[in-house]
Amino acid sequence: MTAWTDLGLLGVIVTDLFVLSTTRIGACIRALTIQGILLAVLPPLLHGGPGTSGQLVITALVTLLIKAVVIPRLLSRAMRDAEVRREAQPFVSMHLSGLLGVSLVAFAFWVGRALRLPIAVASDLILPVSLATFFVGFLVLVSRRKAITQVVGFLMLENGVFLFGLCLTRALPFVVELAVLLDVLVGVFVMGIMIHHIRQEFDHLDTFELASLKE
Amino acid sequence: MNGNALDLAILVLVPPLLPAVIARTKAFFAGRRGQPLLQPYRDILRLLRKDAVYSRTTTWVFRAGPLVSCATALAAGAVLPLSASRHAGGFSGDIVVFAYLLGLGRFFTMAAALDTGSSFEGMGASREAAFSSLAEPALFVALAILAINARALSFAGTFGALTWSMWGWNAPVLLVACLAIGVVLLAENARIPIDDPNTHLELTMVHEVMVLDHGSVDLALVQYGSAVRLFVFGALFLHTVLPHLEVSHSTGAAILLAGELAVAVMVGVVESVMARLRLPRVPQVLAGAGLLAAIGLIIQLARSAR
Amino acid sequence: MSLVPILILAVPGVLGLVAFFGRGPRLLRGCLLGGAAAHAALVASLWSGSAGRGIHTMPGLGVDALGLLFLSLASLLFLATSLHALGELAPDTTSRGTADARFVACLLWFLASMSLVVLSQHFAVMWAAVEATTLASAPLIFHHHRREALEAAWKYLVLCSVGIAIALLGTFFLGIAASSVPGQTPHLSLPALLSLAGGLSHRWLEAAFVLALVGYGTKLGLVPLHSWLPDAHSQAPSPVSALLSGALLNCALLAVLRFYQVLVAAGDGAFARPLLLVLGFLSIGVAAALMVGQRDYKRLLAYSSVENMGVVVVGCALTGPAVYAGLLHAVNHSLCKAALFLLAGNVLRRYGTTAAGGVTGVVRRLPATGVLLAVAMLAIGGSPPFGPFISEFSIFSAAVAGPSPGLGVLFVGLLGVGFLGMAGVMLPMLQGVPPAREVTPEAPRTLLAPLLLLAAVLALGLVIPAALDQHLRAAAVALQEAR
Repeated sequence: MTAWTDLGLLGVIVTDLFVLSTTRIGACIRALTIQGILLAVLPPLLHGGPGTSGQLVITALVTLLIKAVVIPRLLSRAMRDAEVRREAQPFVSMHLSGLLGVSLVAFAFWVGRALRLPIAVASDLILPVSLATFFVGFLVLVSRRKAITQVVGFLMLENGVFLFGLCLTRALPFVVELAVLLDVLVGVFVMGIMIHHIRQEFDHLDTFELASLKE
Repeated sequence: MNGNALDLAILVLVPPLLPAVIARTKAFFAGRRGQPLLQPYRDILRLLRKDAVYSRTTTWVFRAGPLVSCATALAAGAVLPLSASRHAGGFSGDIVVFAYLLGLGRFFTMAAALDTGSSFEGMGASREAAFSSLAEPALFVALAILAINARALSFAGTFGALTWSMWGWNAPVLLVACLAIGVVLLAENARIPIDDPNTHLELTMVHEVMVLDHGSVDLALVQYGSAVRLFVFGALFLHTVLPHLEVSHSTGAAILLAGELAVAVMVGVVESVMARLRLPRVPQVLAGAGLLAAIGLIIQLARSAR
Repeated sequence: MSLVPILILAVPGVLGLVAFFGRGPRLLRGCLLGGAAAHAALVASLWSGSAGRGIHTMPGLGVDALGLLFLSLASLLFLATSLHALGELAPDTTSRGTADARFVACLLWFLASMSLVVLSQHFAVMWAAVEATTLASAPLIFHHHRREALEAAWKYLVLCSVGIAIALLGTFFLGIAASSVPGQTPHLSLPALLSLAGGLSHRWLEAAFVLALVGYGTKLGLVPLHSWLPDAHSQAPSPVSALLSGALLNCALLAVLRFYQVLVAAGDGAFARPLLLVLGFLSIGVAAALMVGQRDYKRLLAYSSVENMGVVVVGCALTGPAVYAGLLHAVNHSLCKAALFLLAGNVLRRYGTTAAGGVTGVVRRLPATGVLLAVAMLAIGGSPPFGPFISEFSIFSAAVAGPSPGLGVLFVGLLGVGFLGMAGVMLPMLQGVPPAREVTPEAPRTLLAPLLLLAAVLALGLVIPAALDQHLRAAAVALQEAR
């Protein structure tokens, strides 16, 4: 069982780095989809067993629906709508961001060791992988210019937090887990609407050009 | 016949079989019958009978190139435990010696290519240097993962630690190491998708373009050396992928031969179903393998630090 | 009685749905005003209950003194601004009916989500509610689809969403800290955490607080994290600015204070206080510096919000009477800032620009607005007869009496810079000759709410009502170690 969760967590890191080192937005969205599937599958793998509760299954299904179906669709539609395919000139070059990504993963493992978990967990990779996903998402968010890629970065960051919450704490009531998912969904929906309006008003999606407001 | 002599015999005699197996596999996919399995041996023997011609602009470096690359490949094979992981030649640090022997061979191949003064060969050497500067770290990191996993710096200890239970416990890291070694195997042996050994356009070649000026004995050494290299990488890959088994030498040798054939078939399949990557994409693939290996190393370090 | 909190959430939520799907100007206006009035009435009914003692209706939901304080502020400001919000709706409803429906619906949902923030007694519920406030308010900012507003809304949405994701991580860290208590199922509900506080793992608790401070601090606009705030607050329609500054910032503050409350209960308040002090003073100082020579009067007000939130945070971080004063300052600031933004809206409507240089002679052209603006400026700057004077002076005296009196001096100095900055921008706007001679009468509708809010600020400066005093005391007790 541990080997499978470990492989799943490795998959999460690989999708992180993939998003970090590709310029094609479509590929980013596909990687995000894979990450969504992994996120849906991991909690049942970890906590599941003979007496798997129905809530665990429902959470997994809703996660799958929202993170692997609905959100990628919304993003793909926004991408088609806005007619952008590539992240043309990121602030940080692809090679550098790959290296930065590995350093962030190393940092996440270091932090994961510094913060000793007071509870026993099934896999020692959960904490560092969730932190790494969080950091890499943040890096994508700040190093890319296109609005859609920034949303991808935000979603990765959120995935990291979600992974942490679902796998490590059993403190979340079932309803709240669903509320968290719903919040993210509505967030992406609102961002999609705004991307549409930005495209209409500015004729581009380059957030770097959104700079009329400053001191 | 003792085990080490058996290993050595296999190392010297079997390698030229592998290119033939790859060629047969590709021929099968293309619907042809392909060359006889012993064709590489015949080629090498025929080349050995020929007289050499050397350009007046070349120096001893040009002649040393094939010799050194062939010798280092054989030496690397001798350092690596072939049929079973406990062998007499093992010592602590042989992993590092292995990697540097291969590096030395590559250096002399490149130096010989530069020595000709031909622009094509210089271009090939430059590409080889660029790609191997990415492939070598990936190989080193993968070997480091294995070494840290086993807390041993010798091949015998490293491979001995790769048991079934280790795979169950440390699957992601070992998987990453296998993937990285697999990519390096394709890159170092100039196989598709990194390089195409059969192409006829010098502009797109990497490895083959460096040996254009070699003939007769030298070319025989080059061909034999590259076969040995493939064999050695295949053995490394096999030992990483297959869990360690306590078997007798003859069984180990049989497993090794079967495995090498399987690796050759696998390479043939990869060559048949994939197209060669565009040159700018090659560094991305190699860097990707390096990144992946680095992730594996980080995980391995975090795990073994506890 | 116990149904009231649920109704407080349900009324604006359902009316928002009605407004979203229903059509027609009358329905929209009815929903907005009805929702605001009903909400205010429900909140008022809570005050008649006993103060300080919590009211718990269902798991994760309840009213305590701190929550009731901020809930009342949100409700009051919403009632006050709803009159002005009507002015943002298109006069001919045929052309922009959908946009107006969305505007009103988002306003009501905004109210509902803010109410959920203050009513939640569970950290995860609170997190979901804070995220919901962001999602409900972002469409409000770009209601008019101007480019700058779109830009401001995008920054607001992305930065606050990221901040809130960080806060979620902090919330989960809190869950880890809670699961270190042996023999207890991990809980994220506030009462449970407060009762278990002694056994929480300090390392994880501290990490959780730092993440929550960064996360909710983004929403609160504390200084290194404030960059979106002046944009969003200045580009939003004025009634929305009033709500963002007056009510939403309080909700974010409450979220930070909840974490602080748990830390204090765990006996780890000493870890949090220096962090709060540093961020608070940074906010006051940087905002004051940016107010000097500010060219946009709505941005000026936004920076003033950053400054005042810094004051509140400093007040809460200095123990003793300063906590009471800090909470009182939150009340004063909300009332004052809402009035200021509504008045700024009147100016914007008449002059058509937010550039301070493009506005002169407000007192002559819009006499009532001009006078009220001058009064509000004096009030927010901390002039004697008004409420902010009392709260700021109490914080100052508490700081001077405390272990490091230098902080008090710094505090007053920075506030002085802020006041001068604000006066330096506002006075040239108020005085001088207006570009157009005509004095058109001002609609009473646009003056009533600021007038009443400023009257309340004045009243708070003269006497603090007993009920408010009682609640402030109860809330201040919750934010300090028992002596």
